[in-house]
Amino acid sequence: MEFPEDFLYTEEHEWVLVEDDIVTVGITDFAQDALGDIVFVELPEVGYQVEAGKTFGVVESVKAVSDIYSPVTGEVLEVNDELPDTPELVNTSPYEGAWMLKIKLDDPAELDLLMDADAYQSFVEEEE
Amino acid sequence: MKITPLNQQHKQLGARMVPFGGWEMPVQYSGVIEEHLAVRSAAGLFDVSHMGEIEVKGADALAYIQQLTINDASVLVDGQIQYSAFCYPDGGVVDDVTLYRFSADHFMFCVNASNIDKDFAWMQKVLADTELTKVLLTDRSPEFAQLALQGPKAQRILAQLTSADIDQLIYYHFKQADVALVPTIISRTGYTGEDGFELYFAADKAQRLWTRLLEAGAGEKLIPIGLGARDTLRLEKKYALYGHELSESITPLEAGLGWITKLDKPFFVGQAALKAMQAQGVPRRLVAIRMNDKGIAREGYPVFVDGVEVGTVTSGTLSPVLKVGIALALVKASAAAVGTELEVGIRQRRVPAEIIKPPFI
Repeated sequence: MEFPEDFLYTEEHEWVLVEDDIVTVGITDFAQDALGDIVFVELPEVGYQVEAGKTFGVVESVKAVSDIYSPVTGEVLEVNDELPDTPELVNTSPYEGAWMLKIKLDDPAELDLLMDADAYQSFVEEEE
Repeated sequence: MKITPLNQQHKQLGARMVPFGGWEMPVQYSGVIEEHLAVRSAAGLFDVSHMGEIEVKGADALAYIQQLTINDASVLVDGQIQYSAFCYPDGGVVDDVTLYRFSADHFMFCVNASNIDKDFAWMQKVLADTELTKVLLTDRSPEFAQLALQGPKAQRILAQLTSADIDQLIYYHFKQADVALVPTIISRTGYTGEDGFELYFAADKAQRLWTRLLEAGAGEKLIPIGLGARDTLRLEKKYALYGHELSESITPLEAGLGWITKLDKPFFVGQAALKAMQAQGVPRRLVAIRMNDKGIAREGYPVFVDGVEVGTVTSGTLSPVLKVGIALALVKASAAAVGTELEVGIRQRRVPAEIIKPPFI
């Protein structure tokens, strides 16, 4: 299972890629593996205000619905329009094809609360 | 948590294990969709050893079963199986079951795993309320393992391991014969809508039979199937699952099981209440719903017609074959006609859907 070194991670298994004050968000390899075949993804629209720790959408496997939590607070600048039609990208390409949102970061200090790849790796091992 | 004799085999195969009705069971091996499609196109092997087996023996066995169950067991011949149910006096369902007739004084019920203890206690109570004396009830669940071999290739695979003429075995009939030298009840039944068999045999032979079946089926693309695909397979065929489409607060008439509810039998527990419901009009009906837009209806979601709530989803999933959301829902009888356009409340949205004539595929 892969956890890219240059990403940050949440305890709810989202990943965050930071580029200046814009962050890209998705769910991790661990999350997609645990959920199984992803068949539905629901995301907010551009302009929506996400809040750190609050849900912004859902992913559904054949069996179950799971909330996705925003790692940061800010405005949604871009949404991955391909995901609703190709939700299986979450399984096949969790860190690239299945990016979910690009968010304009309100407060960079929120990033200090996230885990780096090593910390997330340890967190996942404890969960298993 | 209880485990089946194949618990280690599932873990070695990389199954994701989950709690189900007090049992640790495999929910998936390679993936729900892949497993589902394998059963529809080739074959799948399910460990269903968690299911219960309750034996009824004695000279009064049939008379007792006629009072206990809603279907008419008197029509069964030796070697035949019947889908049936136990009801409470108010018409709510204790459990849905299959009934096996070995002989006039020897029957067996296959019951849902999570209901074994409840069913056995209920059966004893119903027996105590009768005048019948020659009935012996035995819960034999721990002695049995059960495997389901399902799919269009099932017969070809099983035939490699038994000399029994299974091509002569018709749907809802069984015979007793060796499979891979293991004495087995071979039952032509299943919960997938495909051809196939359910095999009952001694629990300590489970690993042998599991392994031999997977070996025999390797050339026919047989793979192990978890509870996830078991659920999607039964949903595509509108088969009820206890705790969802059937419960103590849902009657068999509401759940679309009027065809097994023999109201004209002399007597069975729940008969009076069900007759009254039939006479007054069945208030709710179980319907099959296909989503007409993106979205998956799930258990508990509300169903609307013209903005008015008319019922609730009892089970829902994405159909791996149709690639659209499908669901079963219990709705007011006035809103249950095939073709009715409705909406399912999915989070903040109302998603259009339609009642279709089951099965889905």
